[in-house]
Amino acid sequence: MNMREQIEAAAARYPDQRSAIMPALLIAQKEHGHLPGPVLEEVSDILGVERVWVYELATFYTLFHTEPVGLFHLQLCDNLSCMLRRSEDLLRHLETVLGIEKGGTTPDGLFTLSTVECLGACEMAPVMQVGDDYHGDLDIARIDALLDRLRAAAGQATGAELAAAAPPGE
Amino acid sequence: MFEPVLLKNMDVPDGHLLSSYEAGGGYQALAKALHEHTPDEIIDLVKESNLRGRGGAGFPTGLKWSFVPKRAGKPKYLCCNADEGEPGTFKDRIIMERDPHQLIEGMAIGAYAIGAETAYVYIRGEYVLAIQRLEQAIAEAHEKGYLGTRILGSDFNFVVHIHCGAGAYICGEETAMLDSLEGKRAQPRLKPPFPAVEGLYASPTVINNVETLACVPHIVMRGPVWFRGIGPDKSPGPKLYCLSGQVRKPGLYELPMGIPLRELVEDHAGGPPPGRKIKAVIPGGVSAPLIPEHGLDVGMDFDSLAAAGSMLGSAGVIVVDDSTCMVKVATRIIEFFHHESCGKCTPCREGLNWVVKVLRRVEAGQGAPDDLEQLEALCKGIFGNTFCALGDGAAMGLRAALAHFEDEFGAHIEERRCPFH
Ligand SMILES: Cc1cc2nc3c(=O)[nH]c(=O)nc-3n(C[C@H](O)[C@H](O)[C@H](O)COP(=O)(O)O)c2cc1C
Ligand code: SF4
Ligand code: FES
Repeated sequence: MNMREQIEAAAARYPDQRSAIMPALLIAQKEHGHLPGPVLEEVSDILGVERVWVYELATFYTLFHTEPVGLFHLQLCDNLSCMLRRSEDLLRHLETVLGIEKGGTTPDGLFTLSTVECLGACEMAPVMQVGDDYHGDLDIARIDALLDRLRAAAGQATGAELAAAAPPGE
Repeated sequence: MFEPVLLKNMDVPDGHLLSSYEAGGGYQALAKALHEHTPDEIIDLVKESNLRGRGGAGFPTGLKWSFVPKRAGKPKYLCCNADEGEPGTFKDRIIMERDPHQLIEGMAIGAYAIGAETAYVYIRGEYVLAIQRLEQAIAEAHEKGYLGTRILGSDFNFVVHIHCGAGAYICGEETAMLDSLEGKRAQPRLKPPFPAVEGLYASPTVINNVETLACVPHIVMRGPVWFRGIGPDKSPGPKLYCLSGQVRKPGLYELPMGIPLRELVEDHAGGPPPGRKIKAVIPGGVSAPLIPEHGLDVGMDFDSLAAAGSMLGSAGVIVVDDSTCMVKVATRIIEFFHHESCGKCTPCREGLNWVVKVLRRVEAGQGAPDDLEQLEALCKGIFGNTFCALGDGAAMGLRAALAHFEDEFGAHIEERRCPFH
């Protein structure tokens, strides 16, 4: 299914099109990597809802990105249970080895580093989400191994996937 | 030994598949409910069981269901609260990942009881595996006729849809969740009208937590007397406890409601790491005021914890040992609430902003002599004056930290540094 068809299928689950804005934005973000203005306008056209409603949600919810993010979005939890298991050390390590500060993206567009609130997986603290996957019980050695695996996976990423990620040199 | 109820399928291979669930007696409760009970009888069974909501507030589930008008002239809705944003909590995720049919069966019985034909599961978007498993389980249940039209030969029709959240803690508050489902920014609504009368799309709506709904098939199968016999009569049942933080064996434990907190932390979860002592435990997610070590003999149920000045909340039990600075803990908790404040009301939005500023400077050794009074004044301005419970939770949490660890806060200010660094 293309994006429009997916959004229309999602909208059929609700008696009101406005309810479908959130699912539509998740679909659009999956397709485009992030949600620039023209994509938001396309979503509002497909659903036939006010543009401002779409903009409102795209900026309210933290999982929506109106700015580009790296191919791999490293989302390290630093809430209490992870903090008690030294997530700070992991953040410092990631900042050092990636050469960026939290919130930043590496110049090659591979990694964006963020801290997030509790991921609901505190039994495996400290935890980091990368894309769809949770990585738990992390320490510095595991972080390094994970970065190596991600770099190797990036070697196999398609040009289109890389282009959808953050533009190089930002 | 307590025999697990909610987690009984955890170690079954492929326990998330319908075939495994059926092999363990799954969907027999739904058949029993549809063939042997009227909707009102189901509500009565749940009332008699004394099941109380596992989402945090502990509201009696049967009573909540009974508030739904019988003849509404509008569709009714069931919403399952799977937003699980309370730091320290991960029980709903594990149910959905490993035993999603248990939830679907509970939803079907609940919907039958209240007369709803549609349910939405509001699940946090980060829970990718849980979302996949639940989608698969819904498809399987449709295929086998546990969902859809004329379920198991009855007149009952019911469908379940998944609605993914997008990273806002406030969506867990039930009325904010309804606004979010309607495609608006998630902000709590004024009550009354209560959702049971005017909820989703202004229709009668019941909102229940994942674990609450997962209890329902067991109550139907084994009866309310069995359920009430587990733990304290007024707050009974099997209970999931999420253990995390500075404890040897973090994880999800199922034990009776009312188990002493000390037993839970020291015996089941193995106590603090070697060479450490417990300093304090948060019993119910960061919204629940912390309990210092000497208070750990309290029972883990709604009433006992309330009497001890805390709350069961989501049963997210976070253990803090003696190597940790309580000012840092308090600061991190309030930073969370400040970040997640939806901004609708001033005491929470502005008050927490100030609290964070003061706490950060105290933690950094730059606190002013009257900062603890400032913090108390700020708590006073927030507590009881906010639109929803988020602001109150933040103020109560900070007050407990200040009351029990005043000396640590004081030392930061007097010594002009953190004694733990
Ligand atoms: C700020 C805030 C956050 C909440 N988060 C959740 C949550 O993540 N999950 C949940 O089930 N209930 C949460 N609740 C409680 C819900 O508002 C509601 O009471 C609950 O879902 C009702 O279900 P129950 O009766 O089965 O417990 C939250 C409440 C507040 C005030
Ligand atoms: S207390 Fe906080 S979260 Fe609740 S309505 Fe007010 S601003 Fe929003
Ligand atoms: S605090 Fe990090 S996953 Fe819960």
